[in-house]
Amino acid sequence: MDIFLQLIITGFMVGSIYALVALGWTLIYKSSGVLNLAMGELTLIGAYVSYTFYMWKIPFPLAVVFTLIIGVILGLLTERIFLRPLIGEPTLTVIMVTVGLSFFFRGLIFLFFNTDTLVFTPPVFPSEPVRLGNVVIGQVYIWSFIAALVLLAVFVIFFQRTRWGLAIQATADDEMAALSLGVSAKFVYAAAWAIAFMAAGVGGTLLGNINGINISIGYLGLLVLPAVVIGGLNSVPGAIVGGIIIGVLQNLAGGYLDPLTIAGFKVFPGGVKDIFPYVVMTIMLLVKPYGLWGWIRIERV
Amino acid sequence: MDTNGSILKLNNIEVMYHEVILVLKGVSLQVPAQSIVAVLGANGAGKSTTLKAISGLLKHEDGAVTDGSIEFMGQRIDRKHAEEIARAGIVQVIEGRRVFEHLTVEQNLIVGAHLRGGATVKPGLERVYHYFPRLTQIRHRLAGFCSGGEQQMMVMGRALMASPKLLLLDEPSMGLAPLLIKEIFTIITQLNQREQLPILVVEQNAKLALTVASYAYVLETGRVVMDGNADQLRDNQDIKEFYLGLTDLGTRKSFRDVKHYKRRKRWLT
Ligand SMILES: Nc1ncnc2c1ncn2[C@@H]1O[C@H](COP(=O)(O)OP(=O)(O)O)[C@@H](O)[C@H]1O
Ligand SMILES: [Mg+2]
Repeated sequence: MDIFLQLIITGFMVGSIYALVALGWTLIYKSSGVLNLAMGELTLIGAYVSYTFYMWKIPFPLAVVFTLIIGVILGLLTERIFLRPLIGEPTLTVIMVTVGLSFFFRGLIFLFFNTDTLVFTPPVFPSEPVRLGNVVIGQVYIWSFIAALVLLAVFVIFFQRTRWGLAIQATADDEMAALSLGVSAKFVYAAAWAIAFMAAGVGGTLLGNINGINISIGYLGLLVLPAVVIGGLNSVPGAIVGGIIIGVLQNLAGGYLDPLTIAGFKVFPGGVKDIFPYVVMTIMLLVKPYGLWGWIRIERV
Repeated sequence: MDTNGSILKLNNIEVMYHEVILVLKGVSLQVPAQSIVAVLGANGAGKSTTLKAISGLLKHEDGAVTDGSIEFMGQRIDRKHAEEIARAGIVQVIEGRRVFEHLTVEQNLIVGAHLRGGATVKPGLERVYHYFPRLTQIRHRLAGFCSGGEQQMMVMGRALMASPKLLLLDEPSMGLAPLLIKEIFTIITQLNQREQLPILVVEQNAKLALTVASYAYVLETGRVVMDGNADQLRDNQDIKEFYLGLTDLGTRKSFRDVKHYKRRKRWLT
């Protein structure tokens, strides 16, 4: 029972990081219709950027802030250079360009870093775990959870309260109507990419603190796909819940399915944890292709 | 009509979609400062296209003004982007009550003030709630859940938030109950008189439009086939026959089917 609780809690906390990255993904999809298959690399870039700042002896919170700033710059550049010329092109073309982008970003990273796992040194978060009764949780999970929640809250306030946040939502709902009021769709797309880079950057930073930094962060970043499929591609709350569900399921799969043995033989050769979210995604696509909250068209009363 | 004192002038414009489909074949019209002008015509005549040509939204449907010119307060605007035109003060209310479904009523209105800055939001909201008191009670409701009439008020209020110098309304009466239509048109008149706001309104409901407008143009397959003062048009036999008192728009015959039409038209213009 304690193991179960522990898996759920840490899964929930890691899931909040996925939620952050998924929110960035959904934002791009909602506002511009671009299915971004480079989200894992955005996460990867964030991890390496913040690591670099941290190794330059910049305090961690400041390193995160710098990562956010770099994220904005890279997001604006990416949109301007790679995506804007493709406005109006067929969906498949745009998707293939994001695939190309993912290889480009990965190549760029390994131009500067080798493939060894890098670890934030000295460790950012204290290593002794926190005990809640019999449940033991590493502090890195707790702090990551808090950081992810704070950033999610900032994004939600931004969308609900600020001029640009509302403009982004308006464009996602009806681009033409927004344009008739002078809301520039181009600026909105650029803002969406900037926010996606920020969210993924912080997500990558937190994941890097948990697991160390190597190429696998990119694969973790790609977990947004099952997360957003569960949530329904174009729903921000859906992306957040989907991210958390994926975190929990992944942990449970790792805790129970991976070590599962029958009559002394391992049932799975290992790695169930990594593919389980995709299995769930496939099932979801079969039974509920629009996800939990996707494409809810409001019916007038 | 008098060409001086017009805030908007369309000089013989031609509009094409996708570089091949010619939709407007030489449309000229004017909106005098502080007046309401109506554009009438059946479905597919090119009314919406005319408004989109003015607001610049045309470019986002792969359309373009290929000939003629559009002047707004003495400036040529037919090459400008939709955002620039909105910034210059022309705001179009697109047909079909295009609310931002997942935003609340008040958030919809706030998006309207996007170009005008934060300081205009509060007085802007007060002004909108003054003209559309019904919106006050539902300000926190999601726009997608509002009734058709409420949505129409919302999109008009949203346009008002942009402090327009010229308002373009595309079929505000479409699909609304008669009482609501009356209410909406009363507000249109009020906006025009109290705010000195010039309005170019497109309508299939000619009877209604001619009661609020001072001047009107009749559009048919991309051409202006008739124009005149509203009271003149109200008494016109052809208009009476084909636009007034007819509710079923689809069954209406074309002006071109009227034998005496050409002769009468010369009379009018
Ligand atoms: N985006 C478009 N692409 C091609 N043709 C269009 C487009 N929009 C409108 N049209 C055509 O232009 C003509 C006029 O349309 P419209 O201006 O919407 O008429 P109205 O508003 O008077 O009903 C119609 O024949 C319509 O099919
Ligand atoms: Mg129309």
